[in-house]
Amino acid sequence: MPQVMDADRMSRALTRIAHEILERNRGLDELALVGIRTRGVPLARRIARALKEINGDDVPTGALDITLYRDDLMRHPVGPQPLVRRTEIPFSIDDRKIMLVDDVLYTGRTIRAALDALIDFGRPRVIQLIALVDRGHRELPIKADYVGKNLPTSLKQSVQVRLQEIDGTDEIVIEGEP
Amino acid sequence: MSTRAADRPESAERAPERTPNQDPAAPRLKSRHLLGIAGLDAEEITLILDTAEAMKEIGGRAIKKVPTLRGRTVVNLFFEPSTRTRTSFEIAEKRLSADTLSIATATSSVTKGETLVDTVRNLEAMSPDMIVMRHASSGAPELLARICRSAIINAGDGMHEHPTQALLDAFTIRAHKGRLAGLKVAIVGDLLHSRVFRSNVILLKTMGADVWACGPATLIPPGLERLGARSTTSVDEAVEGADVVMLLRIQHERMQGHYIPSLREYFALFGMTPERVRRAREDVIVMHPGPMNRGVEIDSAVADGPFSVILEQVSNGVAVRMAVLYLLSGWDGRNDEALVEGR
Repeated sequence: MPQVMDADRMSRALTRIAHEILERNRGLDELALVGIRTRGVPLARRIARALKEINGDDVPTGALDITLYRDDLMRHPVGPQPLVRRTEIPFSIDDRKIMLVDDVLYTGRTIRAALDALIDFGRPRVIQLIALVDRGHRELPIKADYVGKNLPTSLKQSVQVRLQEIDGTDEIVIEGEP
Repeated sequence: MSTRAADRPESAERAPERTPNQDPAAPRLKSRHLLGIAGLDAEEITLILDTAEAMKEIGGRAIKKVPTLRGRTVVNLFFEPSTRTRTSFEIAEKRLSADTLSIATATSSVTKGETLVDTVRNLEAMSPDMIVMRHASSGAPELLARICRSAIINAGDGMHEHPTQALLDAFTIRAHKGRLAGLKVAIVGDLLHSRVFRSNVILLKTMGADVWACGPATLIPPGLERLGARSTTSVDEAVEGADVVMLLRIQHERMQGHYIPSLREYFALFGMTPERVRRAREDVIVMHPGPMNRGVEIDSAVADGPFSVILEQVSNGVAVRMAVLYLLSGWDGRNDEALVEGR
């Protein structure tokens, strides 16, 4: 089970993403971070912390649950539905720059669902995408604006992001035959 | 696991995968119908209440709608008058993007002598996915669940059960108290004719609450102890130190005999007045499933007072019904083996 990122490198990747956000957006005015549940949420909070350390400004963060927007939810109705968790966006997203945060970018279907969900909340000025890992194999025309690590994978492999807040450790591992 | 099921590739090369919802350890509803609270365990009740928390947030958005039940058809079949429950289900269905239609029996062929089973068989021929029904006969939804491919949701059957009302009551209590276990809940009123009472007692006992049932001796159902509730005819004893006081309507329409001497006497002995509420805990909440008879089971000063959560119950009803509709929508009756075999 090869580890492809440890805690130290993860923290540096997130700090680098924070710098890139500042560079591209010329300051933090009107900026907000929205993490996709589950692991996008702690990642969004960490990036907000990194931004505060660099710039001193607080960036609001929110949590988005995309379950009710999934495109595969009703296609195989043969059993119990997946758990729905609370979406918490405690600020207006109208005219804001929204940084959408997810752990692994793969087919792009989660992001499609997240975009639909976000737009039900208002009309952001811009939505940019942050992914800790981009493992390829897109099925929709979606691209990340900020990537922690590009990780070429085969379809048979799975990529596990583990975070201190949820899993008790910070690492990314890749499982299965290449 | 970080690979969300929605994010797995559709490619043919992947090993056959389980559909998104198949984590065997995840909590789930065991039945594809909701006929009553009896039969649900604490884990299933908690799943519904937790899901309702997520649904509640949707009601606070500018666009109060998610695409989840797009293309699903829900029939609301009400054989008894209802404003609150029917409206609540309709709003819940629309917020989940289901196609809905409501049938009130006054305008249906039931008035032309069609039987319940025939009415429903004809509706089923048009392939609805779920049927929400209210009926004056206890057990009517159970009967339909045996012959229907659609999921049946009981919206109140006779004097039997009204599961979504008990769930929204529990949701409201949990929102205020943070828990259900260990709370003293006093339920005062017409217990005998009340399906809300039955569903509530079963739910509250399953979740570990201490339930006190109070009403005139003529309106206390026999066998109450089997449900685990304590009964008393003294409203003061029931309310003393209670965390929750729940009032039930005196149901004139179901009363065939003389259970109480007069409504005025009922109010004098059992009506919830501010003086009686003072015996409960300082942070008591006062509930009523509606419709209220002011001046019979509840004094207006209590109904509109600081402890009343009666209108909150109504708004929570939508979230709880969304949760039930969502959780039951994963099943498809056409693939139900038990049903195909005729059970």
